[in-house]
Amino acid sequence: MTETIQNSVISVLIENESGALARVVGLFSGRGYNIESLTVALVDAEHSLSRITVLTSGTPQVIEQIKAQLKRLIPVHAVCDLTEEGPYVGRELALVKVVSRGESRTEGLRIADSFRARPVDTTATSFVFELTGSPSKIDAFIELMRPLGLAEVSRTGIAAIGRGPSVFHVNEEHV
Amino acid sequence: MTAAAERDATTGNEALNGAEVLLRVLDEQGVEVVFGYPGGAVLPIYDALFKQDRIRHILVRHEQAAVHAAEAYARSTGKVGVVLVTSGPGATNAVTGLVDALMDSIPLVCLTGQVPTKLIGNDAFQEADTTGITRPATKHNYLVRTPGALAQTVREAFEVARSGRPGPVLVDLPKDITVGQAPLTAPALSRLKRFRRQGGPDAEAIARTVEAMKTAKRPLFYTGGGIINSGPEASELLRRLARKTGFPVTSTLMGLGAFPSPDPQFLGMLGMHGSVEANMATHGCDLLIALGARFDDRVTGRVDAFSPNSFKVHADIDPSQIGKIIRVDVRLEGDVRDTLQALLDAWDDTPAPDLSTWWNQIASWRSVDGFGFTQDMTPSAVIRPQHAIRRLYEMAMETGRDTFVSTEVGQHQMWAAQHFQFAKPNRWLTSGGLGTMGYGLPAAVGAQVAHPDALVIDIAGEASTLMNIQELGTIAQYRLPVKIFILNNQYMGMVRQWQELLHGSRYSQSYSEALPDFVKLAEAFQATGMRATCVGELDDVIRRMLEHDGPVIADICVAENENCYPMIPSGAAHNQMLLGPDQDSAAAGLTEEGMMLV
Repeated sequence: MTETIQNSVISVLIENESGALARVVGLFSGRGYNIESLTVALVDAEHSLSRITVLTSGTPQVIEQIKAQLKRLIPVHAVCDLTEEGPYVGRELALVKVVSRGESRTEGLRIADSFRARPVDTTATSFVFELTGSPSKIDAFIELMRPLGLAEVSRTGIAAIGRGPSVFHVNEEHV
Repeated sequence: MTAAAERDATTGNEALNGAEVLLRVLDEQGVEVVFGYPGGAVLPIYDALFKQDRIRHILVRHEQAAVHAAEAYARSTGKVGVVLVTSGPGATNAVTGLVDALMDSIPLVCLTGQVPTKLIGNDAFQEADTTGITRPATKHNYLVRTPGALAQTVREAFEVARSGRPGPVLVDLPKDITVGQAPLTAPALSRLKRFRRQGGPDAEAIARTVEAMKTAKRPLFYTGGGIINSGPEASELLRRLARKTGFPVTSTLMGLGAFPSPDPQFLGMLGMHGSVEANMATHGCDLLIALGARFDDRVTGRVDAFSPNSFKVHADIDPSQIGKIIRVDVRLEGDVRDTLQALLDAWDDTPAPDLSTWWNQIASWRSVDGFGFTQDMTPSAVIRPQHAIRRLYEMAMETGRDTFVSTEVGQHQMWAAQHFQFAKPNRWLTSGGLGTMGYGLPAAVGAQVAHPDALVIDIAGEASTLMNIQELGTIAQYRLPVKIFILNNQYMGMVRQWQELLHGSRYSQSYSEALPDFVKLAEAFQATGMRATCVGELDDVIRRMLEHDGPVIADICVAENENCYPMIPSGAAHNQMLLGPDQDSAAAGLTEEGMMLV
């Protein structure tokens, strides 16, 4: 296929049962699909539903297959391609540890401020910054910290939701 | 069901243990036969089986065979096949069968024992992470963690197995769940409603399809195993639609029997070892209607050269299959039976279009006789395998008996598909998607258990059949009159063929140096052994085999170096078939370029 590779953010509502996440991850690895990032957490305790957000990439045909294959999984209640459905907000949280002294330390703090990154742990020689934003904003922040004593990064992967009043949820009578 | 109908002190209900609850639910689901093999973790279930007589248990000799037998039972009856095996090695031995059923969309419920819940994760004796191992091998699987969940989980397993696109479902049963008391809960509302398609086929898609059917000059139905899974009614509707429209029909390996193979409108199987007329028609058609087929690579050959000039319609119950391999112009999601009915309704009384030009073209391809071969009829001449199958077919038909054919995997399987004819669905039992050597013998067991009075033949290769030869023990125990018809060429024939065509005739490890004497082997298992070493002996062996009312191994010694033709080499297009030495490739309109590909 000479088709272009596109990124897609796919949201999945899935029953919060043992092995459910393994089915999703196994589907991606077994069929050779990419996972750029994946987040998962319980979002609806009443119906015991978790929401998985997968950032994936592939040709349009592959993206269609991913969605169709996800819909076949028995615990999956709904699949939504946020990239296709319209504008969405995608956010990621990062914790970035910077170890430095002197000029680097103050420069790091200044940049963090301009990114609205918050120091959540501070010692005489280190900061842990908490930063939320699009993956590209976090990438940019990490690049700027690199010469300033960047020591460790922990990122959550993207969580995403559609803009506007329309809602992605499961049909009540099918829960 | 139980001898001692004790009562639960608080509820007053009959006190049942988990194993008894399990059997009650199986009975409720209409299960009559279970194929299995006991072991420590399933002893409570075997104890419960011992105390009842509603469900029959067939003791196989290896868990893989239990699954294949259940597959054939399912495919030949339309019911869900049921397997019962123990934990650890019992479960892992079943995995090949589960994947086989997954690939060929066979409805199964596989019950596996598991170590007690408290021991799970402790590397206990005969513990395996069965649900982890079988997650990609099943349509869905379950681990029953509480006694209260048992009955409903088993019910749901049956629903998942038989609904939509059928498939294997596994239920892992820890020993404490089957030993301890469990409630026989009332059937609950299905939580699978969301998988049920609302309404019939898409009216607009049906209209577009029928419009294309009315204007097509070179139409073709390409039918698959989905028609068989949909039930005999779907086969009947296909026949009616073909009659009304006059369109030619080709079928995948898994779909054989849905449309009667002797019918003049049937072009034979398509794909790698399909007929010249089926493959050339697929390549040359202007309208291709796929019905319950999934464009497998053995069917399509080179994808970007597949049926290059056709308007394509794809009907499938599994939306993920539509557009997976081949882009289509019309999607018809839903049960193919409903789709066929809708197409028939929409076609209504439209007279069959004039397709004489198309049929003349098909006739010229057909005249190539791609399956043709020349058998030297001198009595001492070597038997050609195609001839053996043709004679088997003709003589089996003369008996007038309902006939079921299973196969192993390889050349003999393709020759059986080419030369054995099927007038009805559910009579052809073969491992298509996974290509599992060793499928045929246990499959014959399953078919014979389901149809005790039918003629059941395993068309086998000597290498494949050895992979599950232990099932001769099962055949002996239940006195199943299975006929094992071995085309013995002393090679793994399909491996040998590929080595000849693709690997410079270096027959690496494909010759069987030390085959058993199949006649003596039969006798060792209380069956009857026969052998035909030349064409003069063939008919007599087939006749005696068919007349004998017990199990038979017929060792048919065939030409060692026979290749299976026609053949579309992997990665080639349908008009680039290789023909056998008996055919004239120029007459088939095949290209020189194609002939050079291997």
